[in-house]
Amino acid sequence: MDRPNPLFRNLWSKIAALPMMLIVLVVFVGGTAWTVLFSFTNIKIVPIFTPREWVNGFIGLANYQRLFNTDRWMNCPGLTHIGRSDWEPTCMGALPNVVTYVILAVVLSMSLGFVLAVLMDQKIRAEGLFRTIYLYPFALSFIVTGHVWAWIMSPEYGLQASVRAMGWTSFDFGWIADRHMVMYAIAVAGIWQGTGLVMALMLAGLRGIDEDIWKAARVDGIPAWRTYLQIVLPMMKPVLVTTFVIVCSGAVRIYDLVVALTDGGPGISSDVPTRYVYTNFSANLGQSLSASTVMLVTMAVLLIPWIRMEFGKKSQG
Amino acid sequence: MKMFKMAAVLAASVALPSVAGATDLEVTHWWTSGGEAAAVAEFAKAFDATGNKWVDGAIAGSGDVARPIIISRIMGGNPMGATQLNPGKDADELIKAGLMQDITDLATKEDWAHLLRPKSQLDSCTVDGKVYCVPVNLHSGQWMWTNRKVFTDLGMTPPKDFNELMADAPALQKAGIQPLSLAQGWPVGLLVQDITVALAGVDNFVKVYKDRDIGIASGPEFTKVFEAVAAARQYAPADKMVPQWNEAIGLVIQGKAAANIMGDWAGGEFQVAHMVAGKDYDCLPGLGITPVLNTGGDVFYFPKSADPKITEAQLVLAHTLVTKEAQLAFNLKKGSLPMRADVDLSAANDCMKKGLQILDHSTAVFPNDSQMMDRDSLNQISDLMTEFMANTDMTPAQAQAKFVDIIKNAPK
Repeated sequence: MDRPNPLFRNLWSKIAALPMMLIVLVVFVGGTAWTVLFSFTNIKIVPIFTPREWVNGFIGLANYQRLFNTDRWMNCPGLTHIGRSDWEPTCMGALPNVVTYVILAVVLSMSLGFVLAVLMDQKIRAEGLFRTIYLYPFALSFIVTGHVWAWIMSPEYGLQASVRAMGWTSFDFGWIADRHMVMYAIAVAGIWQGTGLVMALMLAGLRGIDEDIWKAARVDGIPAWRTYLQIVLPMMKPVLVTTFVIVCSGAVRIYDLVVALTDGGPGISSDVPTRYVYTNFSANLGQSLSASTVMLVTMAVLLIPWIRMEFGKKSQG
Repeated sequence: MKMFKMAAVLAASVALPSVAGATDLEVTHWWTSGGEAAAVAEFAKAFDATGNKWVDGAIAGSGDVARPIIISRIMGGNPMGATQLNPGKDADELIKAGLMQDITDLATKEDWAHLLRPKSQLDSCTVDGKVYCVPVNLHSGQWMWTNRKVFTDLGMTPPKDFNELMADAPALQKAGIQPLSLAQGWPVGLLVQDITVALAGVDNFVKVYKDRDIGIASGPEFTKVFEAVAAARQYAPADKMVPQWNEAIGLVIQGKAAANIMGDWAGGEFQVAHMVAGKDYDCLPGLGITPVLNTGGDVFYFPKSADPKITEAQLVLAHTLVTKEAQLAFNLKKGSLPMRADVDLSAANDCMKKGLQILDHSTAVFPNDSQMMDRDSLNQISDLMTEFMANTDMTPAQAQAKFVDIIKNAPK
């Protein structure tokens, strides 16, 4: 009958965790709540905090209205023409740009990283050397990566000029100066930097597969590529999920690479939400807050189904 | 033992400066290029001579980088002793929030209202009759820089204004020379604004930016501006753009580009390259069309401090910044014009003298955009112009319509 109150079980470890829990509550949860709440006010440069100021400054969805009417954030000229013959499925602006970038980064760096890991798994000579080479870009900051690729891809001085000078005059690699290609240029640099990490994670996952599985597959006469795709890959699900979350969250918060590589140019064609948030920071905080909230909601919509699937299942089982 | 010695040295190095009775004043600014750093060192020297200590807090990058850092530090309760900012509405909210030191008493005592010219500079430091900042120099952004040799080599006469340059542009392009060099970022906005002032005229520019005259913004004067920008953008396409303004000026100096539109701070680059104004290169205020200059410039603000010693040192610095000696030494190195009319500028170059002449006829001087409109709206205009320059699909009419929208929505 006198079972101890579960609240006091492991009391000391709970006390030890208290500061961290407080910081999480105040800084992360509190900061997020403030961001969302005050995105509905006419906050300009000086931040406001009190409920009274919130009530006085309340302007409803006006910040969001302006956000989605801003070309820099989202500009889908053809969207209102859906169903008509002049409809064009192109969207420009920070939000569509980051979606493009996330899709490219996730799909390409994960598939490339997996292929590299499989190649590395073939008991090759000097594996340590190759692993270092592939992982090396990850040791660079995005600023360095951005500047290096800015030189490589510069139409006047970079690869394009060199190849043309060698005789192939129609060679075209001026992506960073091309409004429609510039996001792909950024993706190239981002994937170059991130693939090494994906490879390292995947390789660890591959090494975690029991040798007996391989022996059994070989006995059954299953070719190596099918073993990888249909047996090993499903067994690597935890590694894949971790990698996906790392790559995805890294891609959504892309900022420094864009600043170093294109600074949002040409024009505003390679702008991203984080850059939009930052440039509005000292001019119109309301825009920054509402843009952050849109990013938060987008991420929540993507992540909540996955969290429910992952963790909901465990508590039932 | 060794550890103890090191600790003692460390402790001494921290404690000693305060023992001397001088006050350390941290000053933030974004003057980091060669000439700029040399100029600001003159201020530091003058301030140190008063027995205080200038602690340099330079922030690398342009104002666009430094401004948010400076504002967030003042707002976050970690103010510096003094800071550079551009005059105008940037600091207005900080002043309204009571975060800035009022220096009216000093200003009245030294009679800045008569000492400093033009009047507009001190006006933009004044909110509700109180003075909050010290203007230290005048910069103007309305200059076209041309390399004379590029034109004479091709048998052409160097252009006297922007329209002539546009007329020469096809021939220049044929000869493999870029008619107009351009750098990414804020120089694009500057270029468009310079074209606006030159073609629409100062009166219309001020009417639109200050009085929000929609009729003029949507009228034929501004249509002309947007058409001129559309004509200019084909000569400065995205793949020819360079990252920094000084690289764009470098192209003109090397003769790879014929002209560049940039503020008077570009003059320093030509001087470093040992080129002579009027002989090797031309500087054309107001793009040669309307010889006018704006009165942009730099000012220093003094964030409020709870420490009376800091406040005292702030007033000493405010006084030092407008002394004759500091003004002369600083502005000669900076390439900008001094605030005081009684500074002897015989050592200045031809371009600076041209600027001084315009400054003396104060009707040709107009306020900076940040003195007329809030930063939020200016950012939107700059985004629009950047996009308009880069996106050849956007027609002048579309750009003008968007421009009118921004002007309409800008808070008074």
